[in-house]
Amino acid sequence: MTDPMTDADDRPVLIVGASMAGLRTAENLRRAGYAGPITFLGAEPHAPYNRPPLSKELLQTEGQGHEDVAFPIRSALEENVEWVLGRAAASLDTERQVVVDETGAEHPYRALVIATGLRPKPLPIDDHGLTGIHVLRTLDDAVALRQALRPGANVVILGSGFIGCEIAATAAKAGAATVSVVSQSRIPLERAIGPQLGAEVRRRHEAHGVRFFCENGLFGLVGDPSVERVILTSGVMLECDVLVVAIGSDANTEWLEGSGLDASDGVLVNGGLQAVRADGTVLENVYAVGDVARYPNPLFDEVARRVEHWNLPTETGKRAGQVLAAHLRGDDCAPIIEAPFAPLPSFWSDQYDMHLLAFGMTYLADRSEVVAGTLEDECVVEFFRGDELVGVCGIGMRGAVQGYRSRFTPPVAAR
Amino acid sequence: MIKIDVDMNKCQHYGQCVFEAPEVFQLNADDKLEYQAEAPDEMLGDLEAAADVCPMQAITLMRE
Repeated sequence: MTDPMTDADDRPVLIVGASMAGLRTAENLRRAGYAGPITFLGAEPHAPYNRPPLSKELLQTEGQGHEDVAFPIRSALEENVEWVLGRAAASLDTERQVVVDETGAEHPYRALVIATGLRPKPLPIDDHGLTGIHVLRTLDDAVALRQALRPGANVVILGSGFIGCEIAATAAKAGAATVSVVSQSRIPLERAIGPQLGAEVRRRHEAHGVRFFCENGLFGLVGDPSVERVILTSGVMLECDVLVVAIGSDANTEWLEGSGLDASDGVLVNGGLQAVRADGTVLENVYAVGDVARYPNPLFDEVARRVEHWNLPTETGKRAGQVLAAHLRGDDCAPIIEAPFAPLPSFWSDQYDMHLLAFGMTYLADRSEVVAGTLEDECVVEFFRGDELVGVCGIGMRGAVQGYRSRFTPPVAAR
Repeated sequence: MIKIDVDMNKCQHYGQCVFEAPEVFQLNADDKLEYQAEAPDEMLGDLEAAADVCPMQAITLMRE
């Protein structure tokens, strides 16, 4: 075996997950001077693409496909990059530095980047093999759901998070006969953006004819061969041609079982995005980026979390690319790693003509306060954990919301 | 010079680019995006970061 610290090692940087986070890592590796081989191993058949339009534009525009959402491949990645698509990783051996894919083929690596992302949680009850049941994560999911969302359809959405609410808005606009949102929560989006904004979101959906069945769940399904009705735990029965399950996601980490990594809820990494083993030691040539990475953010506290917000695949990819490039050069990575990794989470949601824009970790808050405008029109809402500002969310008023970014600065020293 | 093009049919005025390259991208008083069509080469890093974070992937950069 060749020494991984010398240029004589011709094994590639292996990026598992042909995703946005994987792509951003590769771009930043190149930017930081690594010109060696890179291999992407992706479970989906598609090259990396942008997911936000999947619950919005792509879901409502007939004919849109991969070319409408594909990320451009920068010239730095045209050379010395191999794409192995349509093959999921099956196992990892960090001693031999090999990933085995689902066909049994081995992929040796010099350094590994884990970017396998998430998958939607499945229907929590028996589906009896019925068709007409959808989730939304991948491009193929979105195309299948678009074909199902015909005018006149009765649509039931399980879950009232951002994805569930965006699908409800898209279905209502697409001319569904009925749109019903079934949720365990008391108020839609309550966990994400609090009870005030959640109630306002509900009001706006109801103005478009969407019905909410809160503090409720699915008891059973009726139909053959496709779902026709759903029975709620409250006893209500709803007509249902299309059932969408949008109750959150699980990290794609099964392939890491037995690898020694701490992958209990996403892959635990240090401030350099380097994987931490269950025994606490760090693997300097294994990284995790994007939705699958779990790390503390010193803007808020020292709790390692998996955070599923728009800008974090880019931020984690940037950091991992810089650290890994230094590692591959044989440089001391400590100075980069010791600088706080404190990306400010950023997210938004479009539903009808309502534009939500948020920064921070609003869901850490124990209270929220409208500080400008009114909920019924446009507003800015601040989120506090005790006295500490942990997030801000606006309906409209984007300039004002943007202005809050400078209020989130990592504590100096100490961390 | 770097030429900057924003596809205004795609742009939803999220303003994510504003944070990465405020010299080039701004939200005006109506919260609509305004930008300069050219910038010096040394801004490439910031501009690529702005293009990367655009939720609609509406920003195209061309080096002249």
